[in-house]
Amino acid sequence: MSAAQRGNSRQSILDRLLSKDITVPPLPQIDHDALVRFDDPLAKFGEMLALVGGDLHIVDSSVQVMSILGELAVFRDAARIASMVPEVVPGNFDAAAIDDPHDLAALDWTILRGEFAVAENGAIWVDGNSMPHRVLIFIAQYLAIVVSRNEILNNMHEAYARVGHPKPGFGIFVSGPSKTADIEQSLVLGAHGCRKLQVFVMA
Amino acid sequence: MSTPLPIIDHPIAAKNFVTNDQRSPWHDTALWFVRSKRDKQAASVPEWEYLRSLASQIKTHTIADLGRYLQEFERNATALGANVYYAADAAEHNQIVLEILRRHSTTRIIKSKSMLTEECGLNPFLEAAGIDVVDTDLGERIVQLRGESPSHIVLPAIHIKKEEVGETFHRHLGTQAGASDPAYLTEAARGHLRGKFLAGEVGITGVNFAIAETGGLVVCTNEGNADLGASLPRVHIACMGIEKLIPRFQDLAVFIRLLARSATGQPITSYTSHFHGPRDSASELHIVLVDNGRTRLRESPEFRAAMHCIRCGACMNTCPVFRRSGGHSYRATVPGPIGSILSPSQNPKGHKSLPYACSLCGSCTDVCPVRIPLHHQLLAMRGDLVSKGLLPLEKRLSMKAASFLFRHPTLFAIAGRIGRISLRVLPHWATHHRFNTWSIARELPQPPRQSFRQWYAINRSKMLPKASEKLS
Repeated sequence: MSAAQRGNSRQSILDRLLSKDITVPPLPQIDHDALVRFDDPLAKFGEMLALVGGDLHIVDSSVQVMSILGELAVFRDAARIASMVPEVVPGNFDAAAIDDPHDLAALDWTILRGEFAVAENGAIWVDGNSMPHRVLIFIAQYLAIVVSRNEILNNMHEAYARVGHPKPGFGIFVSGPSKTADIEQSLVLGAHGCRKLQVFVMA
Repeated sequence: MSTPLPIIDHPIAAKNFVTNDQRSPWHDTALWFVRSKRDKQAASVPEWEYLRSLASQIKTHTIADLGRYLQEFERNATALGANVYYAADAAEHNQIVLEILRRHSTTRIIKSKSMLTEECGLNPFLEAAGIDVVDTDLGERIVQLRGESPSHIVLPAIHIKKEEVGETFHRHLGTQAGASDPAYLTEAARGHLRGKFLAGEVGITGVNFAIAETGGLVVCTNEGNADLGASLPRVHIACMGIEKLIPRFQDLAVFIRLLARSATGQPITSYTSHFHGPRDSASELHIVLVDNGRTRLRESPEFRAAMHCIRCGACMNTCPVFRRSGGHSYRATVPGPIGSILSPSQNPKGHKSLPYACSLCGSCTDVCPVRIPLHHQLLAMRGDLVSKGLLPLEKRLSMKAASFLFRHPTLFAIAGRIGRISLRVLPHWATHHRFNTWSIARELPQPPRQSFRQWYAINRSKMLPKASEKLS
């Protein structure tokens, strides 16, 4: 098939859609008073994060974060830690010095900054622009996300309003570790992405 | 559909599965478990019904104005640096993908779940062109290694037992013989697919939502496979049906809240990735927009709403026929209630038995997050098939005979009399023999002493004057 014919497909699809006039009902405006809010969004976030398999830690200082991580054998034994929040967790692996994301294959931990968290589903918004390679979110064996206690939103409507108009690039809601139930509906954590997710909510 | 499937009636295709008294109930229970999780999540959102209405309104609006939204999407995606292609049908879609691969001289593809590429038969097409396609979703990898196709759009390997996965992995991945522990098998697949991810030269993904206003794409996974596949190689090809469009970025809130809750009973998938343009100046993002019968479906007022489908699979999990007969019995890329609309609307003759694989119980309509009136459409599709002359002869004749009987009161009375007498005098063996499959698990009722009309003549006809007295 030639490129010229291809151009024809574009035209014929659009022609068919534009020529067949269908009454267009208006787009609904969302009634924000009808949407769920929580008395204690942090408590709800914790409940939902547990449901999706993540571990919540409410902390006041980076010292506390380091001591909690230090209790995890998989952190103590980790050889390569890439941190996007060095003021909280100092990493030992400079991901920005890497050109090809494939070279991150042996990464043990990635520590990410979460922009905000969502109470209704335990999700955290991570901005791809806050890291040199977006694969850092998926390729590390273990993941930790640090998010501010003042940034717990109620629901996804508030979340998308908060993102506003997305910047070019990548953004993601992360909710719990990577998981699968494709073998007889048995839930297994650690499919292709991180095996465990630690979330630190900082004062 | 690139490879024409033989016309097989659903009851025949389902027979092996339904009559397997181990597998059918096991499959039924597994899907009902997912349906129950869905109910729990739906009940936890007070505004659930409001969200369904919003989703339906947004989709109705978008499909009506689809031409304009496609142009807006194309403009914005192109401005972000993506390449946008239009494919009229499956063959053109496959050709576009192949040309991109050829341009990069690549032969190793890592692919995440995409029902659209299943619909287009992309894998066999690329394999015939000498390209190695690795499905990276665990369930899809299992069915790929077994040489099967997914039996469910969200749970591709729901029909396979863990012991069978163990055998497959033992043969292909070298796991221990006889091992069937899901955690062990998943770990083996993780290791195996890590190697494939790192060797992959191009990542192909499906699309859950495309946003006209921003030119962005959203892909939802639990495993993180689409995300790894679109973040390691330099080239990302995203394939989508044109109905995946939504107008505004904010509309995502409605659909993301509904999708995973309806699909697997999770509050949200582990990863909800938003792609706006290629990764960097050295990378490429190709977006293939596929029609393949969708513009035609849009022109049908009766079935247009089927384009609202967000492929959550909730209608399959709740369907009493799907749960017992398994997804493969539909012989269609999208099985279950929604597939029984989509497939015959594309190919009425090939899929004419599917709208009858349904008891019209309406459960699918109740759970559909975008309020597609599924069972109404299934009934309407039967009417459509009848008007196309696609009803099998025995059904056509018996319906005609019934219609004749109901239009002739005397004949009806005589038939009733014969029926009542027959029930009384016929010996059991006359009705229960191997040629009458209907009676295998059924007994005939005791005949009533009189017909309703006889009863009415005795008991009510005398009361009629009284009623008229009251009136006067």
